[in-house]
Amino acid sequence: MKSLEKFMRKIEPTHESKWAKFHPVWDALYTFAFTPGETTKKGAHIRDGIDLKRTMFTVIVALIPCLLFGIYNTGHWHFVAEGTAGEFMDNFGDKLVYGLIQVLPIVIVSYAVGLGVEFIFCIKNQHAIQEGFLVTGMLIPLIVPADIPLWMVAVATIFAVVLGKEVFGGTGMNIVNIALTARAFLFFGYPTKMSGDKVWMSGISDVPKETLDVNGVTGATQLGELATFTGPQEDWTYQGGIKAFESAWSIWDSFVGIIPGSIGETSVIAILIGAALLLYTGIASWKVMTSFVIGGLFVGFLANAFAVNEYMMLQPLNHLVIGGFAFGAVFMITDPVTAAQTSTGKFIYGFLGGALSIVIRVFNGAYPEGVMMAILFMNVMAPMIDHYVIQANIKRRLKRLKTA
Amino acid sequence: MSENQDKIKAPKEPLFSKKNKRLVTEPLDDNNPVTLQVLGICSALAITVSIEQALVMTGSVLFVLGAGNVVVSLLRNLIPSRIRIIVQLVVVAALVIIVNEVLKAFLPDMAEKLSVFVGLIITNCIIMGRFEAFAMANGPWPSFLDAVGNTLGYGLVLVIVSVIREVFGSGKFFGVELFGDRIAGTGLYKYGYMDNNFIILAPFALFAVALVIWVQRARNKSLIEEH
Repeated sequence: MKSLEKFMRKIEPTHESKWAKFHPVWDALYTFAFTPGETTKKGAHIRDGIDLKRTMFTVIVALIPCLLFGIYNTGHWHFVAEGTAGEFMDNFGDKLVYGLIQVLPIVIVSYAVGLGVEFIFCIKNQHAIQEGFLVTGMLIPLIVPADIPLWMVAVATIFAVVLGKEVFGGTGMNIVNIALTARAFLFFGYPTKMSGDKVWMSGISDVPKETLDVNGVTGATQLGELATFTGPQEDWTYQGGIKAFESAWSIWDSFVGIIPGSIGETSVIAILIGAALLLYTGIASWKVMTSFVIGGLFVGFLANAFAVNEYMMLQPLNHLVIGGFAFGAVFMITDPVTAAQTSTGKFIYGFLGGALSIVIRVFNGAYPEGVMMAILFMNVMAPMIDHYVIQANIKRRLKRLKTA
Repeated sequence: MSENQDKIKAPKEPLFSKKNKRLVTEPLDDNNPVTLQVLGICSALAITVSIEQALVMTGSVLFVLGAGNVVVSLLRNLIPSRIRIIVQLVVVAALVIIVNEVLKAFLPDMAEKLSVFVGLIITNCIIMGRFEAFAMANGPWPSFLDAVGNTLGYGLVLVIVSVIREVFGSGKFFGVELFGDRIAGTGLYKYGYMDNNFIILAPFALFAVALVIWVQRARNKSLIEEH
């Protein structure tokens, strides 16, 4: 390590050198590896030793269970599509290797492209490089299907980082969640690669249709199946498709995560491990997280009570474990930059986000997954929520002042 | 009063004086009606899916604004200021109807694609804006130049946006396939390239206009508004 530090010190670009422009890059790499030599000169007010780097790193650690499970799950569903999967733990090595081959390139592309864009902007503006992308770069692979072409990941990452973040002033200034911006771009730009029944099981498009039917595999996600129940049906009953759905996919299966879906979103167990870490370290707000879940459950029950289509009869608990709801609740809606900042605002923000997710799911067959849209929408609304919470507080205190 | 001033000025000023030239060049960049005044955005969203449509739209607006500016400028001393908006609207409406009928007669395909947006030129803020801000206070010749300048500025943004949208949204340039046949899967499509559907959707036009604004203001810092 000593020699590395010496080497880093030696190549530090000074103001005079022709590499002076690249000082932010050097600075980022140096402070990534070593504690900066400078100390605060005047009185510092440190509440906690946690800084952006450690925050980001904690989130990445929290994401690792999702990533590992996602890799294995990708491999598992590939062999299911081929008809040679067996039990979940059979062929452990094959599934793991296949998953790694599919998923790792997406992670690498997402990081390389995103950090590249970030570095270019920081050099251009002579800003210190911040670690904002470390988490985004991990989130993007986890919310796309494993079969996504790599160049699409690259294009979406560029779009999201430039138009979602850099135009607003870089890390910490973005209005909407960057990873979800990338996903929305992919979802609207390349719908055939982001939805339908051809993408959720890796390599399924190469498998002949006849083989698939024999195994009873449709290739759609649970959400895709459910979306067919949203249409205007004259004589729907609870005994119909939803009942069949609930017996085909038990809540336990969805909870463990042995279901097709985006890479990192399937396993609620893995997500809960991450959630525990985030809540224990205080990085994610428990207010947002719990109110998001409560909002989803609330609308789930409401939909049950006033069902106008079959989808609305789905058990509310089922809503929490299928699709990206759990992942959104733990890693997306809690993003401290885009969430509401006031304490009351966080409850409102989370609740409306969760409620809206389920509303979009059960009413609109064209958008089987409502979580992405709901969170992006709430991101935009967060400043307004804060504004009204603050105004209400001012009004309340003024009243007290006048009566006293 | 302004009539007298014009009469004194008119013989002195050459047709393409520096001032008159600026009437044409300024709206192209530093005072662009779309990117600086943020007018005419609705049509920039609606008809920029293909370059052809953008050009036909620009031509239509050129006719309406050019003729309208001259007419309003000639009438400017006769119009009572209380009802001037109504008079201006009548002028635009008459001209737009002419354009609409001509398009239907000679370019029926294009008229169908542009559909209501030709009629909606009436509500294009650039036109009423130029009538109010320029033609009501200036002679016919400068008014005509002003119309040409503003339409070209508007058309420039329209064409830039439509080039982005047509190339990356439909893989075509002026209707010519750039990357190969999408359905047959030749050319780039063979290697997994796909056209981006999002770019065809109207919201992307907002992103494209924003990108144009970004580039323009990065080039000329004096255009950046202060808050």
